Amino acid sequence: MNQARIGAWIATILGALYFVVPLIGTFEFSLRMRRGEYSFDAYRVVFGDPQFQATFAYSTLQALATIVVGVLLVVPTAYWIQLRLPKLRPVVEFITLMPLVIPAIVIVFGYIRLYNSSSILPMTASARATDLLLTFSYVTLALPYMYRAVDTGLRAIDVRTLTEAAENLGAGWPTILFKVILPNVRSAILSGAFLTFAVVIGEFTMASLLNRPAFGPYLQNIGANRAYEPSALAIIAFVVTWACMGLINVFGRGKQIKAAP
Amino acid sequence: MAQDIQTSPKPAGISLETSQKSWAWIGVSPFFIFALLFLILPTLDLMIGAFQDAQGGFTLQNLANLNTPSIKSAYWISLKVSVASALTGALFGFLLAYAVVLGGLPQWLRPTLMTFSGVASNFAGLPLAFAFIATLGRVGLVTVLLREFAGFDLYRTGFNLLSFWGLTLTYLYFQIPLMILIITPALDGLKREWREASEILGASRLQYWRHVALPILWPSILGTTLLLFANAFGAVATAYALTGSSLNIVTILLYAQIRGDVLHDQNLGYALALGMILITGVSNGAYIWLRSRSERWLR
Repeated sequence: MNQARIGAWIATILGALYFVVPLIGTFEFSLRMRRGEYSFDAYRVVFGDPQFQATFAYSTLQALATIVVGVLLVVPTAYWIQLRLPKLRPVVEFITLMPLVIPAIVIVFGYIRLYNSSSILPMTASARATDLLLTFSYVTLALPYMYRAVDTGLRAIDVRTLTEAAENLGAGWPTILFKVILPNVRSAILSGAFLTFAVVIGEFTMASLLNRPAFGPYLQNIGANRAYEPSALAIIAFVVTWACMGLINVFGRGKQIKAAP
Repeated sequence: MAQDIQTSPKPAGISLETSQKSWAWIGVSPFFIFALLFLILPTLDLMIGAFQDAQGGFTLQNLANLNTPSIKSAYWISLKVSVASALTGALFGFLLAYAVVLGGLPQWLRPTLMTFSGVASNFAGLPLAFAFIATLGRVGLVTVLLREFAGFDLYRTGFNLLSFWGLTLTYLYFQIPLMILIITPALDGLKREWREASEILGASRLQYWRHVALPILWPSILGTTLLLFANAFGAVATAYALTGSSLNIVTILLYAQIRGDVLHDQNLGYALALGMILITGVSNGAYIWLRSRSERWLR
């Protein structure tokens, strides 16, 4: 038994080393910009870069749009499946898992072929339309996490009774969805939302191939051309991811959504 | 009381029910239209494109054209990196999860590890590549420290971050946490009674694992390994930032093809994508199947 505990300690310490050393290495590297002494110059340069501000703002906006569209798409669907069409549940679950099966690069390749400027639905023809296509691509990407989170939340409440109670009190469908169901699965939605944010904010493949000025392509550009700024950006990205996961823990009461995709 | 409310308006309820039956489809139609437009049709369209020639006629030539040394080697390196990072990630992820769940370590380690795993499994893409360049690149912290204090030149040993091993080592940073996140609930599902029962029957620790625990866990372990495989196989950003185009893996080849038609054949690009769909499709299909098997034990 004692031997097992020593083994467990060794495994944990080795694991911690593997995970912590790159973070220390990155942080140390990001401080090296000024010759001979540590400084936060790299961060100052990054935060002062108008390109950083513009692309980060663009990706934040995309993430918010993704969350709104995703919630509007997933919550009524999951609710309706639970209430009226339980037979369709396996089909819907299978579809929501497909983005894990089909690599993002393949999905976006399909968009470029299907929605090119000479097609029936030329979504790559103008910048605004491509923005919308990128939002939809992110909704697709986030579908497994969002659906799973909302579905788990809906299972925990008594959807049928709540609906019937609201109906008896004379509520219409919009009222039921927005004033009864939505507040009850708020923590689940927030979990899905923060996870979506973490996935979307630094996404590279889709934004780059659809040619939109997002944070991911900006990171790539800096990574290819600068020395110290990429490390600073990596630390910033890590902090953003950490904040999202922390908020999930706060709102999701410690549930791990990604634990079961 | 509740019964009364439900049964009293029965006649009206029936007509409502039947009319809602036909309307019920409307409720989920936005979802299906969305899935059709942005998930299913684009993928199907690519798969059809893989079987078409430039004029749109049916052909198998594109698939035959995949059989070139550079495309084959791209698939091969991708498969190697994905298999290596999936197997290693699954092994170390399992050991870490085991250590924290069953290893008798302090209580606070477990939530710490789980939270960190949630972060690290999402800390992929470009920032991850930057982190590893800053750590194990030619002027990275670990490389420099090893050279100056241990007199050990990592790059003399033939190690290169921009290589198969470098990529695998980097991928492990999100593979191990993903394994931990998925396998921990499975380890929790091992009931204390099973262990006690086997101990009472005189089983050794090894026998317990060999005949009880592992047979229950193995669908989860194998299934998660397949998920990790697909996860690595479809990854683009980390590899692209780490190696540029110096390491010829299939996602980077496909990326270059989409950007600039480097294969000089649109339909060959579709065939390349079809190959990826088939590979991740088979591994994920196996994952979903194994998962449904393993869930039987986790109730």
